[in-house]
Amino acid sequence: MNLHNFLYGVYPYIALSVFLLGSLLRFDREQYTWKSDSSQLLSKANMRLGSNLFHVGIIAIFGGHAVGLLTPHSVFTGLGVSDMAHQMVAIWAGSIFGVMCLIGGAILWVRRMFNARVSATSRRSDKFILTWLLITLMLGLSTIPVSIGHANHGNPSVMIALAEWVQSIVYLHPDPSLLNGVDTIFKIHLFFGMTVFLLFPFTRLVHVWSAPFGYANRPYQVVRSKRKFLKS
Amino acid sequence: MKVRAQFAFVFNLDKCIGCHTCSVTCKNVWTNRKGVEYAWFNNVESKPGVGYPKQWENQDIWNGGWELKNGKLELKSGSRTNKLLNIFANPDMPEIDDYYEPFTYNYAHLKNAPLSEATPTARPISQITGESMEKITWGPNWEDDLAGEYHKRSKDKNMDNIQKEMYGQFENTFHMYLPRICNHCLNAACVAACPSGSIYKREEDGIVLVDQDKCRGWRMCVSSCPYKKVFYNWESGKAEKCIGCYPRVESGMPTVCSESCVGRIRYNGIMLYDADRIEELASMEDTQDLYEAQRSIFLDPNDPEVIKAARAEGINEDWLEAARNSPIWKMVMDWKIAFPIHPEFRTLPMVWYVPPLSPVQSQIDQGNLPVGPDGAIPVAGAMRLPIQYLANLLTAGKEAPIESALNKLIAMRSYQRSIHVEGKVDTRAIDAAGITEDQAKEMYRYLAIANYEDRFVIPTGHTEETLDDSFGFQGQNGFTFGNDTSHGVSKITLFPRRRKDTVEPKQEAPNS
Repeated sequence: MNLHNFLYGVYPYIALSVFLLGSLLRFDREQYTWKSDSSQLLSKANMRLGSNLFHVGIIAIFGGHAVGLLTPHSVFTGLGVSDMAHQMVAIWAGSIFGVMCLIGGAILWVRRMFNARVSATSRRSDKFILTWLLITLMLGLSTIPVSIGHANHGNPSVMIALAEWVQSIVYLHPDPSLLNGVDTIFKIHLFFGMTVFLLFPFTRLVHVWSAPFGYANRPYQVVRSKRKFLKS
Repeated sequence: MKVRAQFAFVFNLDKCIGCHTCSVTCKNVWTNRKGVEYAWFNNVESKPGVGYPKQWENQDIWNGGWELKNGKLELKSGSRTNKLLNIFANPDMPEIDDYYEPFTYNYAHLKNAPLSEATPTARPISQITGESMEKITWGPNWEDDLAGEYHKRSKDKNMDNIQKEMYGQFENTFHMYLPRICNHCLNAACVAACPSGSIYKREEDGIVLVDQDKCRGWRMCVSSCPYKKVFYNWESGKAEKCIGCYPRVESGMPTVCSESCVGRIRYNGIMLYDADRIEELASMEDTQDLYEAQRSIFLDPNDPEVIKAARAEGINEDWLEAARNSPIWKMVMDWKIAFPIHPEFRTLPMVWYVPPLSPVQSQIDQGNLPVGPDGAIPVAGAMRLPIQYLANLLTAGKEAPIESALNKLIAMRSYQRSIHVEGKVDTRAIDAAGITEDQAKEMYRYLAIANYEDRFVIPTGHTEETLDDSFGFQGQNGFTFGNDTSHGVSKITLFPRRRKDTVEPKQEAPNS
């Protein structure tokens, strides 16, 4: 097995397994460590701008990747979405949310590295994972000029290949050869992206699982009773 | 009617000497840990002053507590959706400097410094960054005993409708201490604001707790508590707050702050209340009606209807007995001398305060002040502390109940003075204040003598009802940090659970 086949045929499964099992194990055994790990108490400056840009950007990017890559090609054509239209939406949405995320991420990164209080109280994993996310993001952004180049030639084949590769992974018939004609920059981005999943359970990123949507419909007051056997 | 029991407090400010024993014992027991060095579950403020954290009472800044929006009760900081939209950066979150930068001193240097001409000094060190601090500029009690400039201290929100300049002059200065803990509110704003639902009120005793395993650190509780008594532990990333010393209270002991109070100002007891009326009573149109509204939520433990309803809710006989002997009931309901702190926040707080008198004896001796019918004790309106100030703190600005309470406290003194100094009973003052001789005697017993067993009437928790097997509980850990609190552990686990059936009896504990 060569490196290419390992990285794009085996590594995705290692990353996904660690992502799912690791998250489950940590939630099960170490729930006290399951948290957003906010540092807003220690420094509030620029948090509203930086954190909101970063989070909105990254959530939109994640959603865009999920929909764009996991939706079968036949569904898009069935809905009348042409490949070129798909590619243009991907380029535009990716650029807008990517830049939002980059600006926010840069604000947060500077804060994390150079704010005396935040830096001193950061774990190494906090600094590492933010840096890793930003590198992944910048790699993703640097694929955009390449995509624009493809789009200018009316060639959606790379985009389709990427989606097919992702679907080949998800449907458990991995086919690394699908990436043969894909530009290197995409492949590097893929590696960094998959590694985010691998690192996920060991970092603060786990708070993503706990997005508290249920709060919107919850009664305000919460009362817990310890009495077990009483019948009223 | 849904009867619930609440573990409640009264602090008699008239006797608080500002010694901070409560704060220090609490600190040593609960927050002497990394991440909460800055947090004081119990603190004592010098008033007037901006307090801890700075300006905590000013909800124009913090948006804490509740407000009526179109007649409906809603968190002042915004709707639930609004909270979720602001989850990435809470706009109302205080910063560490609003409390103070926690510090210690480089004590080791005193011992390890090389021989030198000058005595070595222990420099302050930040407990956040570990770096030396040039200068300490704020602390948990920076305004101690009216320290600092008056124009800064008078930013105190309670001074809003008071002629500030007048009280800045030395001869008009007034001062009181305000010890503060979590109010374990009936309509807690922190509980309502928690997106993950980790903060809860215990049904049995009303103590408000944060489930440390379930807290995700969204920090909405910190800003929504109008008393700023939920703290963010930057080490653990979880919210922490006063736990009402529940391990002690469940054993029938007072909280550690109450136990250690040298001035004997703290009272712990049980109050029954009607949980069905919380929303209705917290929604009074006029904030000045909230004090009376909250009084009306309490249920008379001598009323047969209430007793019947309480039993139906599973409240035990010893708890009903404790409610009948509650020192809180006497001060809140019978004598009407205790008041909730900032009722206008609409949280229905359960730490109530007896307002302080303020000494003016030398002025009376010089004949400068009006006195009561006994000719020796002043009238409430002529004391150093402006009644309006106390009213702003305790009744949303309504002066009449405060004045009445102060007059009762004065009348009780006048009555006792007539017995002990004059040698003959003079009831003119208590008659005017509207209390009977029996009441005056009982007030003297509870407020002046303040015996331990009168101050603390605390029924024990009923573990036989809360544990599968209270005998089997012997030898297990009762209180630890994280990963094993009873509610946070996930229902489905990948790992073997404790073999319950072989350890605990299959027979259910009897319904008591």
